[in-house]
Amino acid sequence: MKSAVVLLPGLNRDRDMIAALTKISGQAPATVWQTDTEIPDVDLIAIPGGFSFGDYLRCGAIAARMPVMRAVAEKAAKGVMVIGVCNGFQILVEAGLLPGALMRNASLKFVCRQVKLEIANANTMFTRRYQPGQIIRSPVAHHDGNYFADAETLARLEGEGQVVFRYAEGTNPNGSINDIAGIVSEKGNVLGLMPHPENLIEAAHGGSDGRALFEGALGIAA
Amino acid sequence: MKARITVTLKNGVLDPQGKAIEHALSGLGFDGVGQVRQGKVFDIELTGTDKARAEADLKAMCDKLLANTVIENYSVAIT
Repeated sequence: MKSAVVLLPGLNRDRDMIAALTKISGQAPATVWQTDTEIPDVDLIAIPGGFSFGDYLRCGAIAARMPVMRAVAEKAAKGVMVIGVCNGFQILVEAGLLPGALMRNASLKFVCRQVKLEIANANTMFTRRYQPGQIIRSPVAHHDGNYFADAETLARLEGEGQVVFRYAEGTNPNGSINDIAGIVSEKGNVLGLMPHPENLIEAAHGGSDGRALFEGALGIAA
Repeated sequence: MKARITVTLKNGVLDPQGKAIEHALSGLGFDGVGQVRQGKVFDIELTGTDKARAEADLKAMCDKLLANTVIENYSVAIT
């Protein structure tokens, strides 16, 4: 299974994402730059975290309008898996590939800590290696992770099983509605989440709870 | 031509920054301050002279970039 990582000025978790994909899949992902209009033939496209364009205007707003995102949208429409982590999640909602919006944390503080996540839907290509209701650990590091959607959208997300990760055991770090930490698109092939599973994939990280996400998506034996 | 675009949060969308400002104002001794909502203002210079077209363009700018219509409203004023 092949992967590609989207690079934008101001991202700072791109090397982490490249390292995680390389270690887990055994081959380095292709990289695509913001002005690229074509993405190579891959199974998974990852948009890493960071502060693209300095978070100017709104987090992810400028990045979402760069040419590479049109290419990402075309691939997503064809069923290619897309994962956006942290700023990548913000970019996906700003690009309209996922519903809702990510607002300033309710505490107004940047949060950098470990949280617990409940697998709210284990029946997606990203969570199939987890058990329903399983609690995993994951680092978070963000200032704008407070997920919001209007009542109608929220009801649809909950009803269709599109909420896949939820902050568990009182660890919601940002005031996100319904403790939402990650959602998938209607077709299930686009995932956005605020936590950083790529930063918990091996013993040196203090655990490997995030590894199964990439193994599941890439169809790699555990 | 000059235009001012004002972007505000929709009703019902929580505004923690507005809340913090509200508390800070009362901390400074300004009583009688009700709810505070924070927004954004964009002053844009336009080279054209066709007001109707400018207004249409400015609205498109808001829809495409300046406002996130999931959580924000906008208004356009041309001076």
